Amino acid sequence: MTAAPIVPTLKTPRGRSTTPNEGRTASLLLSPTFLVLALVILYPLLSAVYQSLFSAESGLDEQGFVVEGDVFVGLRNYLDIFAGSESGRFYNALWNTSFFTFVSVALETVIGVAFAVAMNRAFRGRGFLRAAVLVPWAIPTAVSGLLWRWVFQSNGIVNTLTGTQVLWTAEGFASQVAVITAEVWKTAPFIGLLVLAGMQIIPEEVYEAAKLDGANAWKQFWSITLPMVRPALLVAVLFRMLDSLRMFDLPFVLIGPRKESVETLSILAWESSNQLEYGTASAFSIILLLYVAAIAFVFIKLLGADVVGSGAERKQRKARPAAAKGVSR
Amino acid sequence: MTATSVAARPAVAAPRTARPRRRSRLGPIGRVLAIIVIALYCLAPFYWMIVSSLRRTSDIFDNSLLPTTWSLESYAQVFSGSSNFGRALLNSLIVATTTTTLALALGIFAAYAISRLNFRFKSAILAIVIATSMFPGISVVVPLLRLFSDIGWINTYQAMIVPSLSFAIPLAVWNLTTFMKQLPYDLEEAAMIDGATKWQAFRKILLPLAAPGVFTTAILTFIHSWNEFIIALSMVNDPAVQTATVAISKFTGASEFEAPYGQQMAAGVIVTIPLVIVILFFQRRIVEGLTSGATK
Repeated sequence: MTAAPIVPTLKTPRGRSTTPNEGRTASLLLSPTFLVLALVILYPLLSAVYQSLFSAESGLDEQGFVVEGDVFVGLRNYLDIFAGSESGRFYNALWNTSFFTFVSVALETVIGVAFAVAMNRAFRGRGFLRAAVLVPWAIPTAVSGLLWRWVFQSNGIVNTLTGTQVLWTAEGFASQVAVITAEVWKTAPFIGLLVLAGMQIIPEEVYEAAKLDGANAWKQFWSITLPMVRPALLVAVLFRMLDSLRMFDLPFVLIGPRKESVETLSILAWESSNQLEYGTASAFSIILLLYVAAIAFVFIKLLGADVVGSGAERKQRKARPAAAKGVSR
Repeated sequence: MTATSVAARPAVAAPRTARPRRRSRLGPIGRVLAIIVIALYCLAPFYWMIVSSLRRTSDIFDNSLLPTTWSLESYAQVFSGSSNFGRALLNSLIVATTTTTLALALGIFAAYAISRLNFRFKSAILAIVIATSMFPGISVVVPLLRLFSDIGWINTYQAMIVPSLSFAIPLAVWNLTTFMKQLPYDLEEAAMIDGATKWQAFRKILLPLAAPGVFTTAILTFIHSWNEFIIALSMVNDPAVQTATVAISKFTGASEFEAPYGQQMAAGVIVTIPLVIVILFFQRRIVEGLTSGATK
């Protein structure tokens, strides 16, 4: 970093052109990883697409024998999902998934940024705060589901403190509030940590200059802090959204399966595969995957979330703009 | 950066912290208040779990801040009887450790290739790693559940370990790559000029330097695998093989309306305490890993 490369020598590995030898070594080193990824990602992906075109059916063939097995049904599974008699359940799950994702990520972002601002000011107790903030993140989601079910229990602490008699863990809007509360509690500190990291690389001089120009605290936050942490925040929000879209453990443990008001797409897919309806389950999981991909696309292409080129890469690009074409994008 | 900002303010005597900051608009009271609010937010629910786990079953519904009578009754119940919780903890340990070891073993070589070697399609490979980390768990579980039923893997450890690699490998590769990229190349180069092979330079120089990064990655991967739920729930229905997170969710009392909350809280504390200890010791590292390794 510090040593400026004045003389263009063969110093860094990036400076040289690709040698066939290195290419071979690289493929040798990368192949085990990609072999496993092919098994645990590519195979499931292809298999899900394939299976979603079949349906497990038992019927009679021409001779009148009972045939059991998969029948090719083309896109009928998808048609049934979108327009069949059970489609209401799908749209409900789609709505729940979207509702949980957008509401909880919005709340997390606001709380997370507030935490980051507060923690950035705190000198004493920073180590303690950092450990405290990691606790909700580290608690297994299944455990936090149980924890919040206990807290939201009908004669639990929430009803006692608020003096109400709400059945939070049954059904309806109250149970959605419970799920969102638990989700926000667990992940807002995580966003806080990421934003804090983004804030710590803002040079103090920028604030000095702004202060000289008479910008107040609020103005400084809106026109310096927020734009400067935008890249870190965008990536954090993207990953949180993708995580939230596949939400399963929390509603499953906190409220339970087969509860209409908290059934997400993941739970719906899981339920179908549990009933051995692999075709429908695969179709659900493909739809969820497309949803996730669409959100990722919006964030990366339209909002410009710099997913690959963060951290060290970004610093290098700044230091050596000429050498930094295409490595990261 | 520090040097310039200190030089710009020669009148101010010896800043106490390495990075002088002087935006103290909040004042000391506001700052303490902020710390208290954050700490309460993060720790109060966890505290409630611990307190509840230490109550007797008979006064589990008390809402006092400390148990009126301290009791380890719930903990005793967790390990007694049919719940087989000790076994579940062991299963979790086996699955998480194996997953972490495999992911690291593969990830170290992949990360070395990405951070140190020149080859085509590097950006495509990084993009694939990122894309795989966005893959929803259920999309892995549904097809593999069917495959594993066909080959008789249901109720085995490998049925949980192999799918867990789908999130563990991207996590490990990504974290290790960002870490190795930050390490200077000069030392390895010097060694190679002195006649060391690439393999020796990797083993004798890069690997020891990367040890902290490998350690951080191991912690993060382990925590993720330890907390995994949907794979373990789907692939296993035999209580002898199921992991702790699944075992907890299946704790049931005598009737449906009488959930054994005390036991659940005690089991939750037991599953979480190892992680909290790890956090207390390695919080700085974990935060570094979480933030520098992009956002996983």
